[in-house]
Amino acid sequence: MFRRVEAPPSSSAGTDTFLFETREIPFRPGDSVAAALLAAGVAAMRDSPVDGSPRAPYCMMGVCYECQLEIDGRQNQQSCLVKARAGMVTRRQRGARTIA
Amino acid sequence: MAEFDLIVVGGGLVGSALAWGAQTAGATTALVDEGDVAFRAARGNFGLVWLQGKGVGTPAYMHWSLRAGRTWPAFAERLAAAAGFDIGWRQPGGLQFCFSEREIDARREIIAQTRAEGGDIDISILERADLKALLPGIGDEVAGASFSSLDGHVSPLYLLRALQKAFRDAGGRHFPGFRVDRIDAGKESFRATDGTRPLAGKRIVLAAGLGAAGLAPQVGLAMPVRPERGQIVATERAKPFLPYATNCIRQSVEGTVLLGSSHEERGFDVGTDVPTVAGLCRTALRVFPALAEVNIVRSWGALRIMTPDGLPIYQESARFPGAFAVTCHSGVTLASVHALDVGPALAGGTLPPHLSCFTGERFDVPAS
Repeated sequence: MFRRVEAPPSSSAGTDTFLFETREIPFRPGDSVAAALLAAGVAAMRDSPVDGSPRAPYCMMGVCYECQLEIDGRQNQQSCLVKARAGMVTRRQRGARTIA
Repeated sequence: MAEFDLIVVGGGLVGSALAWGAQTAGATTALVDEGDVAFRAARGNFGLVWLQGKGVGTPAYMHWSLRAGRTWPAFAERLAAAAGFDIGWRQPGGLQFCFSEREIDARREIIAQTRAEGGDIDISILERADLKALLPGIGDEVAGASFSSLDGHVSPLYLLRALQKAFRDAGGRHFPGFRVDRIDAGKESFRATDGTRPLAGKRIVLAAGLGAAGLAPQVGLAMPVRPERGQIVATERAKPFLPYATNCIRQSVEGTVLLGSSHEERGFDVGTDVPTVAGLCRTALRVFPALAEVNIVRSWGALRIMTPDGLPIYQESARFPGAFAVTCHSGVTLASVHALDVGPALAGGTLPPHLSCFTGERFDVPAS
């Protein structure tokens, strides 16, 4: 669906990954979590808190909130604003957040 | 010849409720609304229908409010049916949180006074253990709460929209963007104008909130109202976590958590400030520590319409019979009786007789 416009770094000494649901997602230095997911072919990130429909990032600049994920246990994180780090654990945000 | 039986000046919660009530009672009614430049308390409201403790020390106001509370379920049902959508009305009961034994004792005092003044409302005290059984997420600092099953909450925005839609659907004429700046009293009729358009009505009611103060003297009424600012914080939507109305936190039907609200004398400034917003958040965190993780999406300030003694004004002009004043700071709680009692009475050219103690003349005392 999305294709990176930049060539891969020549000396790729092993690629870092983070976990999305059950999948290991590779990312390049500087990628946001949302960008890495889109590059890996993942589109559905949050389910709408209004009607539960699956949503994908729209703005990629912190405005639309459609990229929200649960990241390392924190709900409703805007994944376009969070830099990918090796070992992160991310999941889809399923509808409205919970308050424990 | 008057075009309308009744002109309602002010399209907020008070005016819209009166207009719907009058129109459905058979009066050809015009609802005149200033527009988006108005202060619009109706759109900044927290949305509580709150009865416990209301009017303690002024029994007439307490009884009027309690009547409003008991009327709310039938009013909400009728309005939702007329408007064709859910207005977010829920009556799960209301909790006022206490952080110390002293605060609990103060609530006990309110309960005793309510009973002494004949208030027909059950208010009970929940000690910490009982409250924790209802709401396991409460913080360590919460000592208890008072509870009344009569308290409820509603979306003030849906309520306003429903009243205006129901009014229009019933044949009422709505004039948005019409800022009345002059009212002329003629023989058995009134003429209101925004400077260009005239509207003529047999009767007129001023329900324009803070905007009514300047209009009232033109028809021999006094509405000495001043603004009192309240700030509210709104969070992102969350799954239902709070199945009660409370004095400081409310979860809307959409899931937004509202934290409110402050009481400030800041003139007509509708702004917000960080210390006040932080204070609202601190109080909310003392009640529910888990809110610390929840993102805030906005905050706002809005202006309550306060009379010198905080009580409503309901009055017909002695000099210009047929001109009425209606104002209050509880446009949500009193919406039920404004629509079902006062509106129909105005359609018949009167005010409900038991409101005769709420005239503005009580303020006519020389300042010392």
